[in-house]
Amino acid sequence: MSERRLADLLAMWRIRAFEEKVRDLRAEGPIVGSVHLCIGQEAVPIGACDVLEPHDALFATYRGHGWALARGVPPQPLFAELTGRASGVNGGRGGSAYFTAAEHGFHGENSIVGAGAPIACGAALAGRFDGSGRAAVSVFGDGAMNQGAVHEAMNFAAALSLPVVFVCENNRYSELTPIADMVRTPRLAGRAAAYGMPGHRVDGNDAEAVRFHMRDALEVAREGGGPTLLECVTERLAGHYIGDAETYRQPGELERIRRREPIARLREGLLADGVPAADVDAVERRARAEMDSAAAAALDAPFADPATAREHLYA
Amino acid sequence: MPDRELTYGEAVNAALHRLMEELPETLVYGEDVGVPGGVFGVTRGLRKRYGDRVFDTPISESAILGSAVGAAMMGRRPIVEIMWADFSLVALDQIVNQAANVRYVSGGRLSAPLTIRTQQGGAPGACAQHSQCLEALFLHVPGLRVCMPSTPQDAYDLLVTAVHGDDPTLVIENRTLYAGAKERVRTGGPVAPMGGARTRRTGSDVTIVTWGAMTHRALEAAGTLADQGMHAEVVETPWLNPFDTGAVLESLRRTGRLAVVHEANLTGGFGAEVVARVAGAGVPLLAPPLRIGTPDVRMPAAPTLAQALVPGAGRIADEVRALVRQEAPR
Ligand SMILES: Cc1ncc(C[n+]2csc(CCOP(=O)(O)OP(=O)(O)O)c2C)c(N)n1
Ligand SMILES: [Mg+2]
Repeated sequence: MSERRLADLLAMWRIRAFEEKVRDLRAEGPIVGSVHLCIGQEAVPIGACDVLEPHDALFATYRGHGWALARGVPPQPLFAELTGRASGVNGGRGGSAYFTAAEHGFHGENSIVGAGAPIACGAALAGRFDGSGRAAVSVFGDGAMNQGAVHEAMNFAAALSLPVVFVCENNRYSELTPIADMVRTPRLAGRAAAYGMPGHRVDGNDAEAVRFHMRDALEVAREGGGPTLLECVTERLAGHYIGDAETYRQPGELERIRRREPIARLREGLLADGVPAADVDAVERRARAEMDSAAAAALDAPFADPATAREHLYA
Repeated sequence: MPDRELTYGEAVNAALHRLMEELPETLVYGEDVGVPGGVFGVTRGLRKRYGDRVFDTPISESAILGSAVGAAMMGRRPIVEIMWADFSLVALDQIVNQAANVRYVSGGRLSAPLTIRTQQGGAPGACAQHSQCLEALFLHVPGLRVCMPSTPQDAYDLLVTAVHGDDPTLVIENRTLYAGAKERVRTGGPVAPMGGARTRRTGSDVTIVTWGAMTHRALEAAGTLADQGMHAEVVETPWLNPFDTGAVLESLRRTGRLAVVHEANLTGGFGAEVVARVAGAGVPLLAPPLRIGTPDVRMPAAPTLAQALVPGAGRIADEVRALVRQEAPR
């Protein structure tokens, strides 16, 4: 049991170390443009992706670096993508908000809020005809729950009994606005009932809880039971984007979030279970070393070649 | 009338304050525009000052735009923000099928005097879904008005005109300009009529017609050309509908050469319409007209790739120079 949790800790540390490295590179200059970090939300992708099959399709958002890593995309091509290298996972075409790595069952980030949900329905629909048994996962935020495309997708998936798991990462904010100001009831999982599908509110700071609900939802989906909505309640420790002044935070809010964030929580749990502190802390060092060397290797590679800028537009 | 030193973003803010003050039927709303004051800070202070007439909305562009159409039909004058022009695409129906039809179909008994403030264009690292230039899409739709300010003064004036106007109007701003240099802006002046062009630089060898952020690059290119003894006239057309064809033709009669420069990609871009209007008017030209824009491709995030696509001052200068030399009469 503590072995699995130690593995979760490493997996979450890999995401956090990646994101913190991204933050440094953005401050130092090699990364330009808008970047959305998932620091504080690592338990959701780690718990969810653990129970996916390689042929399942996952559609994430611009806050998707952690989802890409959790799907098994190696960090070096991600750093290379972020820094505009030819060796980037999308050759520099995608950037931070638009990674895709289909070979890892990561069918992409998306920087249009809610846009991935109907596409996930289609990936699931295709599985009905290609014999793959594929399930599709659509990830989006709490704010995206108010986007028309997401409503349509949920009903579409429910009406057609498509094997889709809708994973809502409820981090309580859409950009600078609290979700509580934008909905009458902030219990978003409750909406599932309106579409006739199961909906669960999950502790999104606990990878094991996410894993448990995801496994269940996938089982239902694969057996023809249709979609499920998982509202994973979490919080972001970073701003909406790098550079966000976070003026909307309440006094003491970040301290409170820090006490509940998934990595600190799991670390404490492991220590309480008697796992030696040296073993626990070695995990962080290992993750940071991996990300440092991946970033360094990415930065060593040449920039995307302008002569290729027009390639891949048409078949 | 008071003159104030304002950035482009501050000029938009000043215009919004004025409009809220002088038109009690105005409303300002959109994502993060109320309490946070906008992701670019452009709507700062409005919520505090005007209370319920300024508010935040869910991430629901169809509802933002559709409610603006409905409120406008009932006599309000909504000024709604679509944070990026790219996001208008999730709710095009409310603009194209709804807003644009209200006056026509009702035989003028109804109107939809709403203003959509948005911003568009490339910036380093922006991905393909956050960098498109979509003005031509809206210009293809009869019933809409479209303008693209590039200076603080126009950012102020065009918005004031748009909101006072009774047609659904898109004011397409540019986020790379918001925090630019402060300029002297005349605020509180009379409401200008829609339309009109700006001759930003006079010259006799070639007319560069441009709009939006490209205006600045075209002016830089014209400066380079002037150092080399070539004199480009730069005509900015911040109003694209109504479009001041007359101003373009007038300049062309003097220069005989046309280059249209826009950031949007070429095919179906509004530059094609400008060239067609010039051709149709039969103004004799010394050289075939030239369009300079982004090639027809998606926009990559990597700066080295994007720079190879979006016209810069250097490329504009090179292409215009070649145009002028093509049939150099001297
Ligand atoms: C259609 C659309 N509207 C608006 C935006 C601008 N935008 C980007 S992220 C965001 C907030 C999304 O909040 P949420 O869904 O809770 O996800 P989070 O960022 O918290 O992960 C908004 C409004 C967008 N990208 N696409
Ligand atoms: Mg959120």
